[in-house]
Amino acid sequence: MIDVLSTVLIVVSLLAAAWAGVLVVLGRPVLLDKWDGVALVGFLLMLELALVGQAIVGFVALAGTNRDVDRLSFGGYLLGVLVILLLATAWALTERSRWGPSVLVVGCLTVPVMIVRLQQIWEPHV
Amino acid sequence: MSRHPAVAASAAATRSGPGRLLIAVYALFAVAATARSAVQIATRFNDAPLAYLLSAFAAVVYVVATAGLARGSRASRRIATVSCVVELTGVLVVGAISLAAPELFPDATVWSAFGSGYVFIPLVLPVLGLLWLRHTSPGPPGREPEAN
Repeated sequence: MIDVLSTVLIVVSLLAAAWAGVLVVLGRPVLLDKWDGVALVGFLLMLELALVGQAIVGFVALAGTNRDVDRLSFGGYLLGVLVILLLATAWALTERSRWGPSVLVVGCLTVPVMIVRLQQIWEPHV
Repeated sequence: MSRHPAVAASAAATRSGPGRLLIAVYALFAVAATARSAVQIATRFNDAPLAYLLSAFAAVVYVVATAGLARGSRASRRIATVSCVVELTGVLVVGAISLAAPELFPDATVWSAFGSGYVFIPLVLPVLGLLWLRHTSPGPPGREPEAN
């Protein structure tokens, strides 16, 4: 796996979590008719696209290795992280209170955890 | 909008505000526990049958609790309450056994060592779930007849 891509994804998802955290503190819901809501959702979409990129890179790497990797878990994390971010965004957008972005904090913090798990599965000795 | 207004209000109560976050974390655990136990049972069931069956059981409890909290009707609230109690019992009993007799658990479950592998969220979650169900409870039956 590409370490640079993983690191960038971790940093970006932590930034998104921090951004959502600020909205929680300010008591602002994520609204698509407000500029800050659109900006955050746009940011999350870019993160989602980058995670799609990670999934493609990951599956290509998986196909090209002969090492003994837990393929089922690896594939599950590659695809699961895509689903979790989408679900968190949808669940956050339908709540018109500060608790909407709180869902995004959890969703965005799940992303780096899953990326670290991917790295552990890829290189069990690390 | 065909649902009974009281049912709809109750569902909105468990699903909105802090309930949003609670259900999100529950759903996360439901997905994580289900996926994890599916992989364990499919690939290496014989390594630790008890641990993997417990993982599967925990996964089912999380799924049922998530659904119960998200639906929020009277029956689902009861189901959610039971799942939270089962969950709390599970994490306490399995947590204690996993520390007292680690040889029974060659591989970890969500509930091992009181959920320490998941920063103790499995221990806190059922308590928050029960508190939230009590907080959003529509009140004793006699006082709000139309709500029942």
